Amino acid sequence: MKNNVNATLSRIKYGRKQRSSRWNCLIVILCLLVMAAFSITLSLGQSFTSPTEVLKVLLGENVPGASFVVGHLRLPRAVISLLVGMSFGMAGVAFQIMLRNPLASPDIIGVSSGTTAAAVFAIIVLNMDGASVAFFSIVMGLLVAISIYALSYRNGAAGTRLILIGIGVSAMIESGIVYLLSQAPAWDRQEALRWLSGSVNSAQLHQALPLLISLLLFGGLLLSRTRDIEALRMGDDTAQSLGVRVGVTRIIVITSSVGLIAVGASITGPIAFVAFLSGPIAMRLIQNNGSLIIPSGLIGACLVMMGDYIGQFLLTSRYPVGVVTGALGAPYLIYLIIRVNRKGGSL
Amino acid sequence: MTLKHQLILDNLTAGYRDKTILKNINIDISPGQITSIIGANACGKSTLLRTMSRLLTPYKGQVLLDGKSIHNAPTRQLAQTLGLLPQSPIAPEGITVGDLVSRGRHPHHGLMSRWSKTDDEAVAKALETTKTTELLDREVDELSGGQRQRVWIAMALAQETDILLLDEPTTFLDVAHQIEVLDLLVELNQSRGTTIVLVLHDLNLASRYSDQLIAMQQGQIFASGTPELVVTEDIIHTVFGLHSHIISDPISGAPMVLPIGRHKRVTSP
Repeated sequence: MKNNVNATLSRIKYGRKQRSSRWNCLIVILCLLVMAAFSITLSLGQSFTSPTEVLKVLLGENVPGASFVVGHLRLPRAVISLLVGMSFGMAGVAFQIMLRNPLASPDIIGVSSGTTAAAVFAIIVLNMDGASVAFFSIVMGLLVAISIYALSYRNGAAGTRLILIGIGVSAMIESGIVYLLSQAPAWDRQEALRWLSGSVNSAQLHQALPLLISLLLFGGLLLSRTRDIEALRMGDDTAQSLGVRVGVTRIIVITSSVGLIAVGASITGPIAFVAFLSGPIAMRLIQNNGSLIIPSGLIGACLVMMGDYIGQFLLTSRYPVGVVTGALGAPYLIYLIIRVNRKGGSL
Repeated sequence: MTLKHQLILDNLTAGYRDKTILKNINIDISPGQITSIIGANACGKSTLLRTMSRLLTPYKGQVLLDGKSIHNAPTRQLAQTLGLLPQSPIAPEGITVGDLVSRGRHPHHGLMSRWSKTDDEAVAKALETTKTTELLDREVDELSGGQRQRVWIAMALAQETDILLLDEPTTFLDVAHQIEVLDLLVELNQSRGTTIVLVLHDLNLASRYSDQLIAMQQGQIFASGTPELVVTEDIIHTVFGLHSHIISDPISGAPMVLPIGRHKRVTSP
């Protein structure tokens, strides 16, 4: 009997160790992927810059020819892509877990377009810039999130209804963005595309600071709640009976995700489907070996960097990153809608 | 554990938004015993259990655990004493039995605390008690209904609470698995002294397996006490609107309800 218990104990321990080592292993792989994408963005464009030259530029040396291309063109792109991708990936998966539906990502249910609309309005109509734009779009994003929630609230349960209402709100807001853009004094195709599908074409290095702050603040907040957020996957009732404060956890998830999305979207626009795709990809890779939030952030970063690279160099003409990720995400969206229709999906 | 926790429902009125379901409920749950809540469909059984487990906040009155209202208590601390197995818990896709049962340890961990030997032991014990040790590495999705229910009970056991509430733990199970689950609850009650409250549909199983019954009718407690007191022809008629004949269950000696319908009778009334 005693032996049996010991055998069980070691099997439990083994299972746990195996899960965590699989998780660690996948995180390392994802980090390597992110680094690879980052270095490719830095060294390979219209021209090739050798890794040594890239390093020299990064260390502040003046390398004729390379300094401008790497330091001014490629570095800001890579850094902004990395940070925005992480923000979107983390925010997306947190929403999907909270509402237990892969369709419930902020870019499907209107939160992303809400923050973008706010940013466009703040920049074009109110002539704001920098931190005030980000702040304005966080507030608007929260308002959109709360109103979608309130509109779909009936006796608590807010599943498919919330998503449908979100899609409707999203469509409405997007038409608002188009209207705002058409009113803009200087109609600029690049600028318009950025707000409609997201782009890192006008990335500048100083924009990294607000993104970094938002990742540390909101991302950190999400990570500190990992275990509670994971428990929500078993249903609100089970989570609550396990001692999770469901209401508080929801508020934290909504606020920090909206914060992450808003700050990102106010700089690059709502890069299509990054928030939506990262979580499910993370789910397939990680399975049940641990938390999805960090993996989803890393996958988001990969998606934006690779999408941007493909859009810039691998297609017949140059497209902003949002067009590429949008093309990737659309088929998956159709697949999900069919699947959810058949059997009701969860993350 | 000599000190038993006291769970008292004090003048509860509760419901959902526009509809009051429970009206003025007063009852003491007997510590260390198995109590079943019975009643017709939509009489408020599940609502009562949800209010008891603080998933639902009452409009009026309170649920007292050792004299303190559970709706004001810190939820993590409460979760170490009071466990609940909801009617339809959701298993995350692809989760293994070991992982799911381990999640029952959630309330014993703070923001920073690390997984310890005590946690592993609690999980091992829960698996042992529910006879699910063999399933440890299987995925929950691929288990049969009976196995899955045992695994969920194991999760609730790993939580190591003195009071365990279960919302219809036997629905969707065939009769053999129903008996298996109920036997398991009795063993748990006897070996750990766990106070168990459950909602049950099957009257005769409730009567056989419970120390106490609570019979509800239209959001109120119509009768409560031992099965001998509650399972009578009059009470069954009032609560379920069903004529019946009560005999002594030849297996357990508990009262047993033989329903009388309009057809299929040997002798005419």
